[in-house]
Amino acid sequence: MFNTYRRGLFITAFLAAPVTLYLVYVISPYIQAFYIAMTDWRGVSATPNFVGLDNFVRLFADGVFWKAVTHNAALLVLLPLITIVIALFFAFLLNVGSGGRGVGGVPGSKFYRVVFFFPQVLAVTVVAVLFQQVFRPDDSGMLNAPLMALGLGPVSFLSDPGIAFWSVLGVMVWQAVGFYVVLFSAGLASIPRDMFEAASIDGAGRVSLFFRITLPLLWDTVQVAWVYLGILALDVFAIVWVMTDQQGGPDYSTTVMATEIYRNAFEYFRFGYASALGVVMFFFTIGFAILSLRLSRRERIEY
Amino acid sequence: MSNTPHITRRGLLRAAALAPMAGALAACATPAQQAPTASAAPAATSAANPFGVAADKPLEIWIFDGGFGNKYATDIHQPLFKSKYPQVEIKHNATKEITKVLQPRFAGGNPPDVIDNSGANAMDMGALAQDGQLQDLTPLLDAPSWDDPNVKVRDILDPAVTEFGTYDGKFSVLGYVNYIHGIWYSQKAFRDNGWEIPKTWDAFLALCETIKKSGKMAPFTYAGKHPQYLYEPLLTMAAKIGGNEVLVNIDNLADGAWSAEPVRQAAEAWAEVGAKYLMEGTTGLDHVQTQTAQNKYQVAMLPSGSWLENEQKDTTPDDFEYGMFPIPDFTSSDKMPYGTLHTQPGESFIVPSKGANPQGGMEYLRAMLSKKAAGDFSELVRTVSVVKGAGEGRNLTPGAQSATDALAAAGANTVYYRWRTWYAQLHDEAVAATGQLMSGGVTPAKYVERLQKKADEIKNDSSIKKYTR
Repeated sequence: MFNTYRRGLFITAFLAAPVTLYLVYVISPYIQAFYIAMTDWRGVSATPNFVGLDNFVRLFADGVFWKAVTHNAALLVLLPLITIVIALFFAFLLNVGSGGRGVGGVPGSKFYRVVFFFPQVLAVTVVAVLFQQVFRPDDSGMLNAPLMALGLGPVSFLSDPGIAFWSVLGVMVWQAVGFYVVLFSAGLASIPRDMFEAASIDGAGRVSLFFRITLPLLWDTVQVAWVYLGILALDVFAIVWVMTDQQGGPDYSTTVMATEIYRNAFEYFRFGYASALGVVMFFFTIGFAILSLRLSRRERIEY
Repeated sequence: MSNTPHITRRGLLRAAALAPMAGALAACATPAQQAPTASAAPAATSAANPFGVAADKPLEIWIFDGGFGNKYATDIHQPLFKSKYPQVEIKHNATKEITKVLQPRFAGGNPPDVIDNSGANAMDMGALAQDGQLQDLTPLLDAPSWDDPNVKVRDILDPAVTEFGTYDGKFSVLGYVNYIHGIWYSQKAFRDNGWEIPKTWDAFLALCETIKKSGKMAPFTYAGKHPQYLYEPLLTMAAKIGGNEVLVNIDNLADGAWSAEPVRQAAEAWAEVGAKYLMEGTTGLDHVQTQTAQNKYQVAMLPSGSWLENEQKDTTPDDFEYGMFPIPDFTSSDKMPYGTLHTQPGESFIVPSKGANPQGGMEYLRAMLSKKAAGDFSELVRTVSVVKGAGEGRNLTPGAQSATDALAAAGANTVYYRWRTWYAQLHDEAVAATGQLMSGGVTPAKYVERLQKKADEIKNDSSIKKYTR
């Protein structure tokens, strides 16, 4: 009896601090955001007026915000797809892609494994500034210098509204791939080696090894990656804000929900409206999370 | 920041809250009503102390640490203020992030006493005015000037200052620098190549053609990443063609203000420059990169303002000799004469009405407007101040001199617009559309149509406060 009491006290003591912090700094701001979304608060007043659902009505006619939503939607589809395909390919080559006898990575795979992880180590802002230079439209740009030397005109990676979005996507993929190579490598390591060996003794080539062994056995990990990358696609902010021209431009061609929220809050000083956008984004994110958890229920392969 | 630790905490929380729920500020997001700080009874007023500054009340000052730095405040303004009020403790602060640092102070009801609310991260003046956070500075205008008790402060200021600083009928923002816009060039490059300042638009286009053919440099560029650098000459030109009311109508969100013929003509003119005479890669370069290209003699001309010379002081060759010329005549029937300039007071100083020492704040501004302070300032940061005649007899740099001369030549023919600060949404739309106009993404007709649509949208949005001039 006394021991049970002691144990409960012990657990409570440990949980009290994190739960309090979580309530004060996570749950309470969320609730406040719902309230602010129904006011006309401009950030300086001590007495914002309650305006009901006005901000939400306004939001439906906001062309720029819906443009941002379509960009998030495009990222939601493309970012996980491209990243996972590339990361799987690399992870496979680094771990079981040697092709010859035995199971191992391509020559130098230890070195590549480290190199691929570099982008993940860099702060997002650093990556954004770095790529501003890489994408420079003159002969000091890392991509344009060789293009111009070949006689192909400079490509406006960030200043052409038709290309800028793809540049953003490219940078996000570049930064994300390294982490998922590591994640998938860990997944691969948990697959018994003898499966690969047995398959290659039976004459399976690299391609059939990949599609018949690696992918099915990694499916759980791929699903996790999909959810992570989906969330990354929904709350992308810093890359767009720092790297693109006019923070989401040119001509709103790269803007996303988070940048529109920031713009409305800290540039237009419409904190009420920005909170309404935040509430909408909250529901998009929650919706995605529920949907992906539902869809990803699938029988595990036991081995 | 050292004496206000809770700001850092708030800033940190705000950053943390930005991630998935950017709208939710932080635990302390919702503003709390606070009892106004009871300000001590002001000291008695006199001719020498028109606002009744208490002799020993501390004064907290925040300077935007941008192109002009903050040395002018600590080395020029504050010693001058101290010389009269030696017991007042001045708490000097400088930041590039005015909004992040000071906005929570307003929301918390304890703003500082003087703020240089400038730069890309300045607080929205309209929002502050709407909420009654700005001290009415009319007493400052009517107070005797620092140098001469018989001259009012109002009479030593450029008239645009009062115009620009007035919100809701109250003068509450003091612009300290007179920004003079024009086309900037190297006097040396023009002299060496025998290029003449173009007085008409045809001559300007001919000059662009000559420079292009010479192969020595590109004719024209602008900060492609920040197309507001280009909509400035575009609108000044529209005002020149159609008269000052073009800009007044745009500011007042009048029906058809953007789709008016002069704006379309100006858009067409600049679209032609965009199509033919831009330096390669312009659309992807920012103001620093294009201005540096000019310093390297890679491009002849760019639109900018009188802050340019100081901004570029580290990369400008010694014999570069900055100069500026006004927008050329579009046709001989322009409504405004040659030499018309767009001028605009900048570096906006405010005194928060709910601060602890607004009297001291106003007195600090009065000290800044003395001839000595303004003249020393002009020399230190190579620019033109709003205090009339403060630059006289001073050793001005070529660019500052050129701008000063252009201003004198323009006389009363100066124009300005205010929609940029009044309607930030319209500014962003104009930036996006102007970039497209210059790269050929939209036609001039579509350009004005697009901006007209946005202006109408703002006009019909009841949540956006409207201003008129």
